[in-house]
Amino acid sequence: MIYEVFRQERKGQAFAHAGSVEAPNEEFAEWYAREEFGRRGESVALWVVPREAVHEIDEFVDELGRNYHRVDGYPLKEKLKQARERAGTSADRRS
Amino acid sequence: MVSTVLRRVSARAEPLLPIADDELILGWRNSEWTGIAPFLEEDVAFSSIAQNEIGHARAIYQLVAEELGTTADELAFDRKPEDYRCSPFVELRLVPDWAKTIARHCLYEDADQRRIQELIEADDPEVAGLAAKIDREEVYHRMHAQMWFERLEDEPQFQEALEELRPLVDQRGEHLPEFEHLWQEMTEVRRSVAGATW
Amino acid sequence: MSAREDEFLEYVQSGGQVETTDWMPDDYRAKLIKFIEMHGNSELMGVLPEREWILRAPTLQRKLALTAKVQDEVGHSQLIYRVVSDLGKPREHCLDDLISGKSKFHNVFHYPTKTWGDVGVIAWLVDAAAIISQKALLKCSYAPYARIMKKICWEESFHILHGRDVILTMMNGTDAQRELVQEALDRWWGPLMQFHGNPIPAEDDPMYIWRIKSQGNGEARQQFLDGYVPQIWELGLTVSDPKLRKNDDGVWEFSEPDWDELKHVVTGHGPKTEERLGLRRTTRGETEWVRRVVLPEAA
Repeated sequence: MIYEVFRQERKGQAFAHAGSVEAPNEEFAEWYAREEFGRRGESVALWVVPREAVHEIDEFVDELGRNYHRVDGYPLKEKLKQARERAGTSADRRS
Repeated sequence: MVSTVLRRVSARAEPLLPIADDELILGWRNSEWTGIAPFLEEDVAFSSIAQNEIGHARAIYQLVAEELGTTADELAFDRKPEDYRCSPFVELRLVPDWAKTIARHCLYEDADQRRIQELIEADDPEVAGLAAKIDREEVYHRMHAQMWFERLEDEPQFQEALEELRPLVDQRGEHLPEFEHLWQEMTEVRRSVAGATW
Repeated sequence: MSAREDEFLEYVQSGGQVETTDWMPDDYRAKLIKFIEMHGNSELMGVLPEREWILRAPTLQRKLALTAKVQDEVGHSQLIYRVVSDLGKPREHCLDDLISGKSKFHNVFHYPTKTWGDVGVIAWLVDAAAIISQKALLKCSYAPYARIMKKICWEESFHILHGRDVILTMMNGTDAQRELVQEALDRWWGPLMQFHGNPIPAEDDPMYIWRIKSQGNGEARQQFLDGYVPQIWELGLTVSDPKLRKNDDGVWEFSEPDWDELKHVVTGHGPKTEERLGLRRTTRGETEWVRRVVLPEAA
């Protein structure tokens, strides 16, 4: 059985994938993960997960350009310039 | 050589030296699997156990050395073979027999737990403190031994190994013939250049 | 090459990285397996020159440090063979090919470790040469390999510290100890100069073309010399190559390494090749039943 191991380097940090171990069962996997990814004190916590339990998703369809999810969906610069001019606070007036 | 000192070891050192010597020699015997264990994950795990054992030996030697006016390294390496108190049980060279190795591991951890517990309950706070620290690492060794025991208990060769080794657990006294060779090799570099720092 | 392969090549050459589940050309996969497997083999065979010295280590601290170093090497081979397995070649097949002599391992692990001086030189300089190659793999186009290299390089840096400490202690010691270091350095200099391989131009090196490696062999050797020769000289040690010197343009000049020896050694004819593979064959045979009981799907 292959177990994927994720490790947390310091409290508060995200767990990141560290590698994998081959083991006869969960108990051995935990032991082996601890030794392989924590023996030098490089981890404060590990997640040990059977490989089959990890489902990879790597397709993210966006056929119609959902730009409201992205920075380029928000052209604020031009609008801010216009708003400042109306308010009489644009930089060239102030100087 | 510190042998003369050791013939009259203190009351404190008396029960401690056999434990330290056992851990030193068993640490070596277990580390003999490094690179050739049944599979790589186990190789790494078993080396950690070996390192813990050598670490325990060092900590105990340090405690004893202060009293005896010597150093942990001198106790570990500069005694005559006959002054080591380790048991024949840990001296046995078992590579490449994994069944016997795990059988010894299980039997040793069990016996070791009992004597460490006695030290934890001792009146000497320094000894008790160190024993408690050692025991916190030994918990993992016992888990490891138990895991393997459950995996191998139905294997006839493992049962035979347990039967064969069990009578040796509490044996003390005469060293095995191979201990002389082990000692020669263990002290070879130190003896090669007198008085050197390494 | 198909258009898809061309596109892939362009992608990796412009710094793109590939994951296990991504499509990749068969040739790329084959080259990856060959290269990474040899690295795994080397880590595992690298255990053998040092493990016998765990017992002889002259202090408890050295004994612990050396045990930990050898353990790291096994740990590296574990990580590396896992990457190879995920590319399609199971670890057990890698080990079969290693002990049958079908696959190779690095030249330096075919030589004997004669004295405690050799233990110091191996930990310091062999690991230094290795870390130069391994750092260049941090940019490998195959991302799972590049990622584990971070951990490997981090651990190797401890080995160099341990090696330098062993060497410095001996160089501060008796004449006999200093002599041990110099003799060991003389023994290892040839293999060290061969370590990074024939100086084929990077552009002709398929491992570079696919961006498995990110630098050429000659470049790696220059980096090694630049980093470590000054450290060797400052201790009063000498290097047994009369031509060795740094030119004004910063390039190191040296006698041509013995490429015939390198070829001879890595094809399985080193002084310790047979003995070490023999040990592996024996122990692998003796522990086969354990794998059958415990890891039946792998055995």
